[in-house]
Amino acid sequence: MTIEAGRGESRYWRDVWEYRELLYFLAWRDILVRYKQTVAGVAWAVLRPALTLAVFSVVFGRIARLPDGGVPYPLLVFAGLLPWQFVASSVADTAGSLVSNAGLLTKVYFPRLLAPVSAVAVSLLDGLVSLVLLAGLMAYYGRWPGAEAASLPLVALLAFALAIGAGVWLAALNVRYRDVRLLVPFLVQVGLYVSPVGFSSAVVPERFRLLYFLNPLVGIIDGFRYALLGAPAPDPRALGLSAFIALVLLTSGVAYFRHTERTFADVI
Amino acid sequence: MAEPALRTENLGKRYVLGAERHDTLRDAVGAGLRGGRSAAGTTELWALRDVSFDVAPGDCLGILGRNGAGKSTLLKLLSRITEPTTGRIELNGRVASLLEVGTGFHPELTGRENIFLNGAILGMRRDEIRRRFDAIVAFAEIERFLDTPVKRYSSGMYMRLAFAIAAHLEPEILVVDEVLAVGDALFQRKCLGKMGEVSREGRTVLFVSHNLTALTALCRTGIVLEGGRVAARGAIGECVRAYLAGLLAAREGERVLGEAEFGFRRVRVVGANGEAETGALDAAGAFRLELDCRLPSSPDVNVGFTLYNDSEVAALSGSARDDIEVLPAGDVRFQVELPLARLPSGRYRVEGAVWDRGTRHDQSDALVAFDVVNSRSVLDVSGVKPRGATLLDRPWTLCRES
Repeated sequence: MTIEAGRGESRYWRDVWEYRELLYFLAWRDILVRYKQTVAGVAWAVLRPALTLAVFSVVFGRIARLPDGGVPYPLLVFAGLLPWQFVASSVADTAGSLVSNAGLLTKVYFPRLLAPVSAVAVSLLDGLVSLVLLAGLMAYYGRWPGAEAASLPLVALLAFALAIGAGVWLAALNVRYRDVRLLVPFLVQVGLYVSPVGFSSAVVPERFRLLYFLNPLVGIIDGFRYALLGAPAPDPRALGLSAFIALVLLTSGVAYFRHTERTFADVI
Repeated sequence: MAEPALRTENLGKRYVLGAERHDTLRDAVGAGLRGGRSAAGTTELWALRDVSFDVAPGDCLGILGRNGAGKSTLLKLLSRITEPTTGRIELNGRVASLLEVGTGFHPELTGRENIFLNGAILGMRRDEIRRRFDAIVAFAEIERFLDTPVKRYSSGMYMRLAFAIAAHLEPEILVVDEVLAVGDALFQRKCLGKMGEVSREGRTVLFVSHNLTALTALCRTGIVLEGGRVAARGAIGECVRAYLAGLLAAREGERVLGEAEFGFRRVRVVGANGEAETGALDAAGAFRLELDCRLPSSPDVNVGFTLYNDSEVAALSGSARDDIEVLPAGDVRFQVELPLARLPSGRYRVEGAVWDRGTRHDQSDALVAFDVVNSRSVLDVSGVKPRGATLLDRPWTLCRES
C-alpha cells in the first residue's frame, strides 16, 4: 500500500467495507453505554418515545385542538413523530459524532465516514423500537395498514438519505467550526414547528405550500402517514423536493467529508 | 535484497498556525467575501521534513528524538491518522498502531465489552478477537474483573488489559509509541518480552520510547529525529549516543527545562560553595545534585533520578519520597549529595522523572551530565575499568597474615 501526499486513496471504499465490523461495534458501544448505570435500563428505549407521544397528544390534541382528518389523533401524532425523531436525533448525534470520537480520530486509523454512519445506525434502532410501539398503538385503535404500506421502504430510504446527508455535512463542518454544535439544537427546535408533526399538511394554506414543501421532512412525514395510516397521499411536489434535497445533501455531504477527512486529526 | 516492509521518501508534514485557521463560520465567510484567505499572522511549521528511511521485514526500528522533534507526527503519518504534505510511504502489510494504550476504551463498559470494542478499533475481526479472547484475558490477569466496568479498574489493571489486547494483534507492521511509560516494573518487563517475541516472529516493529535501555534491548537499528529531520540513522547503539550527545550539547553542567506543566525547571550539579560545577567532579569532593521542580498538589507525587554510565548501565537510583514522606506542591528545590566515592571514573548522565500514581508529569533522559574522576579506586587509576557499575565504599580489612 502506498500513501502519497495530496492524493486520496483509491481503496477508500474497500476500506469502508473492511471496517464494517467497526461500524457495528461503534453503534453497539453507543447503545450499550446509553443504558449503563440507569435504573430503567433498556426500558428507556420504549419509555422515551412513549412519553414524548403522551406529551404531544395532550398539547396538540387537547389544548390546541388541531384537526385530525378522521385518523385517531395519537396515531396521527405518532406517525409524524417517528420519522421526525429519527431524522432529528440522527442529525443531532451525527453532528457531534466526530468530535465526541476525537480520541479515536487522533490515535487510530479507520475510514472516518464510519463515525457519522454509526450514529445514524443508533437512531435507526430507536426508530425500529418506536415502529413496534406504533404497531401496538395501531392494533389498539383497530387500524391495519393497507396496500399503501408497500411504499414504506421507499419513504424510510428517503429519511435515511436525508439523515446521513445532513449529518455528514454537519459532522465534517463541526470538526473545524464548533458553531455547528450551537446551531443544531436550534435547527431541531425550529424544525419541529415547521414540520407536520402535531398537525397535518392539509391545514397549510395553498399560497404557502411551496415554501412549506422546501422542508424536506414534509414529504417524508406525509409519506409515512400515507404508508401506515392510509392518510391522503403526499403532494408530489413535497415528495419530489424531499428526494431532491436529500440526494443533493447526501452526494455533496459525502464529497465534502471525503475532501476534509484527511486533515480531521490535525484540526479537531 | 528483500523488499523493505516499510519505506518513506521525502516525507514531510506542514502545519499552518495562526490566522489561516478560521475557527468560526463567521471568519470563514468573512475571508471568503474579502476574496481570499487572510495571510496576516499565518505561520508555517514543518513538523517533519525530508524524512527518508526504510525498514527491512522483521526488523525492529527505534525512533529517538526530543519532545517536538517530530516522532509523534511520523507515527501519525505511518499509521494513516493524518496525511503527509509531501513525499510518500510504502507499506507492505497490515499496519497496527499503538499510539496510546487503551484507545477507545469506554469507562462505562466492562472489561469483556472493551476487549471487543478495542479489538475492533485496532482492526481485529470479531472471530479473531473471539479466538484470542482467553489469551488476552490471561495475559492481562483480569479474569475476576471481566464483567466489571473498566472505570472501576485500578490504573495497573487498565494498562494491562489495554496492552494485552494490542499485543494480540497480529499485524505485519506494528507501530508502538511510549506504551511502557506507565505501569509497574513487572508489567513493563512483560510488555517488553511480548514485543521482543513479536519481532522475533518476523514482524516489523517501529518503537518510540524514552526508555533507552528498552530501546537498546529490543531494537537493532534506529533513527534520531531533530527538528523534524533525520539527524542520525544506523545501529541502535550509535543512535542512542547521537541522541544523548544532542540532548547534552545545549549546555554542559546545567540545563534549563520546563516544558511540562509540572516537572523539572532546572537541574545542575553544585559544589560545596553552592555554585554550579561544570568541570569534572573529583570523587573525593562533595557535590550535590540540585533539582528545581514544580510539583502538583498530590499525596502520591514523587521525584526520582537514575544515573547511567557511558555503557548505558544504570548505576544507581533514588527518589525523594525515600526520605520525605509528602512532597509540597509548587516550586520546590531538592538537593541530594552524589555518592561519588561509589562511582568509577567516567561520564554519567542523569535521567529523571516526576510522576504521580499512574501518570508521568515529566521525564527526561538527560537532565544533566557530568564527568567523575575517581582516584580512590586502584583499578580505575591503572586504566582497568572496574566491572561493577558501582564501587565498594566500605573498607577492606586484613584479618590474617601468615
